[in-house]
Amino acid sequence: MEVARIPILQIENYLVASIQTALHDKAATQFRDDLLERIYATKARGLILDLTAVDVVDSFLARLTGDIAEMAGLMGTTVVITGLQPEVAITLVELGVELRGVTTALNLEKGIAALRKMVEKESTHGTID
Amino acid sequence: MAPSTEERCIPVKTDLDIVSARLEGRSLARELGFGSIDQARIATAISELARNVVLYAPEGKVRVRSVVSDDGGRGIEVVCEDNGPGIANVELVMQDGYSTSSGLGMGLPGTKRLMDEFEIETKLGIGTKVKVRKWLK
Repeated sequence: MEVARIPILQIENYLVASIQTALHDKAATQFRDDLLERIYATKARGLILDLTAVDVVDSFLARLTGDIAEMAGLMGTTVVITGLQPEVAITLVELGVELRGVTTALNLEKGIAALRKMVEKESTHGTID
Repeated sequence: MAPSTEERCIPVKTDLDIVSARLEGRSLARELGFGSIDQARIATAISELARNVVLYAPEGKVRVRSVVSDDGGRGIEVVCEDNGPGIANVELVMQDGYSTSSGLGMGLPGTKRLMDEFEIETKLGIGTKVKVRKWLK
């Protein structure tokens, strides 16, 4: 089946992707691969993954989100997850899923601010650009 | 009874069916008057149960229907059945963090926490049936 791709936008040195539809597993995995390729092609310093429109995060999507943050981190790109809905936060904790090592922010604006701070901090700590 | 009390059955074979099953469950939960947090709990529970079918069994199905308790309370029931290998040690898979595949291994205990009632029947070589319920408060 043809997988609808999720748009990945670039603002300055950052990439922004917002999930707007219920993702089945193959589409989610495709999205992860697309993101990592775009990070490599654009040399983005940071990535915002916006989940504002996502109403269900099950253990699969939670793990995939953690994987994206970890894999992007290995490539030298900082990831911030934004816009987790209250019901998503509640079900994740009740389900027992931990998003370890993942930075989150309330919304896109706060996410960009957090990302800027983290990327600046990295730059002043001698990370090779 | 209202038409929404009819049972809806969603065959589950691939990861696409996981999304269909949880959309169907969420829409029934909404019709029954569950709030957005409970709708998310129910949809997530269905997602976890249906994923187990896709991961471990050739195929299965998810059935959702409205139920009425002995004291007149209303709720939703989700039954997820498969023709998979069955579970050898139910106690073990009900422990947090137990994993038999690339999954997180918390599908069943997590699902139990999301819902109000949880029953599991499994026979080796025959399949597994999980029945969960959530009541309107």
